[in-house]
Amino acid sequence: MNNTYGVVAVLVVALGTMLVGAYGLRISRTTSDFYVASRTVSPWWNASAIGGEYLSAASFVGIAGLIFAHGPDMLWFPVGYTAGYLVLLALVAAPLRRSGAYTLPDFAEARFSSPAVRRVASGIAIAIAWLYLLPQFKGAGLTLHTVTGAPDWLGGLIVALVVTVNVISGGMRSITFVQAFQYWLKLTAIAVPVVFLLLAWQAHGGQRLNAPEYPVFRQETTVDFDTTTVVHADSDVAFAGRGLVDGQRIEGDGLTLTAGDHTISAGSSFVFPAGATVPHLESLPHTTNANWALPMSEGGEFPLYAVYSLILATFLGTMGLPHVIVRFYTNPNGRAARRTTLIVLGLLGIFYLMPPLYGVLGRLYTPELLLTGDTDAVVLVLPSRMIEGLGGQLLGALVAGGAFAAFLSTSSGLMVSLAGVLSQDVLKMRGVRGFRISAGLAALVPLAMTLLVSGIPVADMVGLAFAVAASSLCPLLLLGIWSTRITTVGAVAGMLAGGLPALAAGIVTISARTSDQWFHVFLSRPAAWTVPLGFVVMYAVSLMTPGKVPPNVNRVMVRLHAPENLGLETNEEPSMSELRRRGET
Amino acid sequence: MTPERPPAERVVVTSPRTGAPRPRRPYPASREITEQSQLGALYMRSLIRTQRTLGLLVVGLVAGGLAALPLVFTFAPSVSRFQVLGIGLPWVLLGVVVFPVFVLAGWFYVRQAERSERQFAELVERS
Repeated sequence: MNNTYGVVAVLVVALGTMLVGAYGLRISRTTSDFYVASRTVSPWWNASAIGGEYLSAASFVGIAGLIFAHGPDMLWFPVGYTAGYLVLLALVAAPLRRSGAYTLPDFAEARFSSPAVRRVASGIAIAIAWLYLLPQFKGAGLTLHTVTGAPDWLGGLIVALVVTVNVISGGMRSITFVQAFQYWLKLTAIAVPVVFLLLAWQAHGGQRLNAPEYPVFRQETTVDFDTTTVVHADSDVAFAGRGLVDGQRIEGDGLTLTAGDHTISAGSSFVFPAGATVPHLESLPHTTNANWALPMSEGGEFPLYAVYSLILATFLGTMGLPHVIVRFYTNPNGRAARRTTLIVLGLLGIFYLMPPLYGVLGRLYTPELLLTGDTDAVVLVLPSRMIEGLGGQLLGALVAGGAFAAFLSTSSGLMVSLAGVLSQDVLKMRGVRGFRISAGLAALVPLAMTLLVSGIPVADMVGLAFAVAASSLCPLLLLGIWSTRITTVGAVAGMLAGGLPALAAGIVTISARTSDQWFHVFLSRPAAWTVPLGFVVMYAVSLMTPGKVPPNVNRVMVRLHAPENLGLETNEEPSMSELRRRGET
Repeated sequence: MTPERPPAERVVVTSPRTGAPRPRRPYPASREITEQSQLGALYMRSLIRTQRTLGLLVVGLVAGGLAALPLVFTFAPSVSRFQVLGIGLPWVLLGVVVFPVFVLAGWFYVRQAERSERQFAELVERS
């Protein structure tokens, strides 16, 4: 892949983001502008911004990579990411906006009038935001590495810097512009290449993926191993090149990789001939193309548990993500919050039509990624592989720019919300200065964490953040909004009972190697047991402590559920019609 | 013989005089709600119950339908081999069909939720 265009695209996206941010800076003057764009954002702008912020590294590169490696079971990721907004729309959007909460801790305090509930909610929100920032930085590192060969940590550092500077200088107002712009950029960057890729696929004969054979190299392919890799060959494979296989130094032509498992050391470089069966990473499923194309065919331990756990985490986790919640505050009222969410559903649906196509085409055109394990790179590598010459390189650059936009926008959103929580609840510094200091702190921690984390696909890491959100903040929101029986003790107990195990499971999955243990799936996909735990504990403990129901619960319920235009005094701020009425009398 | 005419009767008009201004209640419902009276709490409870039922219904139908799919794919593998326009049924369902379904369900929800809020507003403002 030619580096120059890719580098230019990444630079253009980074600079463009900063420029749009600087433009926003000139209009954002007050603290209110900084935090919530002074609540003047229309549903279309807001929906584009939500889409831009939400479509992260996991959506842009991760989903295609997982589908490429594991097949249609991974379609539950995009389905769940979108369904999360349906649940949000139907059960949370309007009441959340009416609560007047800017962050989840604000909601916790507005609903329960309890500093303890607020503190626990902010702790969990911070943990989720850091867990979610981590894969963004990892993904940025991967993209820059694929495009330019730069070391893995550099991309993450660049994203962290650009975003921190942007957030510190512009705040939310500019972020809304940036995010809305990023959605359309990302959609273009993923949709335009797809059209050309499909045309190229047709021109190559429209090969299908239903043959009962393993993926093969379409052309002579050079594979470089950056890390020591355990691979599995399904049949004997001829190759050439030099390197270290199973501890033996080999070099020259006419070599054979026998069927079975082999360890290939870092620094090896091999050339595989066209038509050879692709050996693949030992930890990836051993499936033929025909089997790969079928759902639930991968084997593995507890496949149904894994799918349902993923469904629970993504359907219920979206509402608990800190950067999603913030966006609802910029709607003028509950009704606009609903309409915004409906538009978001449409925007996400259009975007998510694309990544599976990359995954499928990757199976045909870039099977060597199964061998190196860089499955997340499939979106980035495909265009220049499938389309020869300048066109392919330009499309590749477009995709790389889009991917960088994905990391920048999601990180910005997370950073704004994280800085909001940090400055209010941890540093206790109000105003613009506290916000700026917090933004710096918000970036440092996950940046340090990227150095410690081993190779987990980015979409899986994002899945863990969803699982924590679904088992702690989701019960708080759903039960808090729809039940008057929840007590302060119950809220705290439920959040901890669901959130802590999910968080612990996530940390173990990220930092330890448990993938060959039978219980691995219960740690890497914890939602199916932690979500029920959070809900049950929150409700049961609340029933046991009826004396701790917040005294103003009915008043809060009116505020959450009554339409604004009634001008009830408990609504947080007077609506326009109320102002008019007051003016007349 | 002439047909017997029915005896003249007094007719009582019972329909409400919709056009006429109705006497305002000494306590408007919005004030009942604001002041947390029992009647106000009743109004709010009914609104919350309507909205909760609607939300759970929409989510339950869509999520329930989706959640059945892994079971179908596992226990009736022939279904997942079925092809639509040359593409496997699971890919068509999870890759394409679900998204318009989400938008339709969302649209239906927004319409119904706004309708019940409008009814609530009429109830409160009329009284």
